[in-house]
Amino acid sequence: MAATQEEIVAGLADIVNEIAGIPVEDVQTEKSFTDDLDVDSLSMVEVVVAAEERFDVKIPDDDVKNLKTVGDATEYILKHQG
Amino acid sequence: MSPTNRTVVVTGIGATTPLGGDAASTWEGLVAGRSGVGPLEQDWAADQAVRIAAQIAVEPGEVIPRPQARRLDRSAQFALIAAKEAWADAGFTGKAGEDTAVDPHRLGTVVASGIGGVTTLLDQYDVLKEKGVRRVSPHTVPMLMPNGPSANVGLLVGARAGVHTPVSACASGAEAIGYAIEMIRTGRADVVVAGGTEAAIHPLPIAAFGNMMAMSKNNDNPQGASRPYDISRDGFVLGEGAGVIVLESAEHAAGRGARVYAEAVGQGISSDAHDIVQPEPEGRGIAHALQNLLDNTDLNPAEIVHVNAHATSTPAGDVAELKALRKVFGDDADHFAVSATKSMTGHLLGGAGGVESVATVLALYNRVAPPTINVENLDPEAEATADIVRGEARKLPVDGRIAALNDSFGFGGHNVALAFRTV
Repeated sequence: MAATQEEIVAGLADIVNEIAGIPVEDVQTEKSFTDDLDVDSLSMVEVVVAAEERFDVKIPDDDVKNLKTVGDATEYILKHQG
Repeated sequence: MSPTNRTVVVTGIGATTPLGGDAASTWEGLVAGRSGVGPLEQDWAADQAVRIAAQIAVEPGEVIPRPQARRLDRSAQFALIAAKEAWADAGFTGKAGEDTAVDPHRLGTVVASGIGGVTTLLDQYDVLKEKGVRRVSPHTVPMLMPNGPSANVGLLVGARAGVHTPVSACASGAEAIGYAIEMIRTGRADVVVAGGTEAAIHPLPIAAFGNMMAMSKNNDNPQGASRPYDISRDGFVLGEGAGVIVLESAEHAAGRGARVYAEAVGQGISSDAHDIVQPEPEGRGIAHALQNLLDNTDLNPAEIVHVNAHATSTPAGDVAELKALRKVFGDDADHFAVSATKSMTGHLLGGAGGVESVATVLALYNRVAPPTINVENLDPEAEATADIVRGEARKLPVDGRIAALNDSFGFGGHNVALAFRTV
């Protein structure tokens, strides 16, 4: 069953918390991964791989560069999830 | 003094070892003669021939926040813990530049390991095989590269004069400190954070060292297994951890009113050209390193009262070193209180030179030589050649300037002797 927008944001919050140690409540749709959430380019790869697994979605490397904010990633997953 | 022959001093120390999570607890364990060796209780150890090791006393995960720890190899975690302690111990309050007492362009790091991020490499290969290409951590390369610990320490302190990693197996940590002394002596840097780290307690290195017949298989008596100079010694016990010191030009240290533990007099280096792993049985290469140390520094043999020996508890190596000391120093070797601290810490490979430099500096500062434990029947050849500190710690002379040596040798025929003395 496809995840709702709310579930995706919550899932991304768990992932960012695990990888970057940012409290889950600080992971909100308008937040930038690199500027606000301490996710550098290598850690972004980890976030993407974890999100792919969790939401059964493929995020090609070329698309990753467009995922600047938690909201960008949420929309992408909503649209492409299996 | 000319800028190419500056005096170098030790102003900070840090360690995390099988005896304790910092330099003070490690030193306390050494003086008390405590063994850091125990059984390996991990599932993978069950079918190993060697089932003992000296594991770290304080897991780095208890000290380093998880998001940071998961992108650092265990060897880099140890190095950062020891470097952070040494940096604060030297009196610095932040990164170079933020703390204006040190200019980042005059600060370097030289932290070495013998085999780099070996657990990361092997664990990520397991991930590749079991979970596929996509799941291999993007942090793998910076975690497994041998210069990772030095680079991470460089980031911690803000070092811009150079970040280096000499690799010479079990001599790596000592060679790092020798390199750091040279950086300061020749004027490239004013302050250098230097030492060694190792984290190789993993089934593959244990199986590999075990199959070389290099390690003790005294699984029934872990605490008695590392027994340098004992007639029944049967190999080293693998240890893990890091030791780091802050080296500084004497002028720079005086300028900021730093506490000085000891002078780092210099190093002697040589190579055996004998065998890829066997020590040269007469200690010729070691003697050559010791002779270089004497020729290239103003070290006075009459002042040497203590040697932190390489002595790993292998049948051939322990005695070769004693022969070399006798050959080079003659009757002066009569007043060397020789300690093999690997009897307590196990053998930290590339970390050994770092931890043992911390021990040597503290031995001078406190004027106490730690013991060699587990010597039940002293090898007659050792007894005839040197004065081994057995069983209990021994007081060193309370008056006057005293000096001490720290030897480290590595597979490949690398020989490094470091000298320190009181100020």
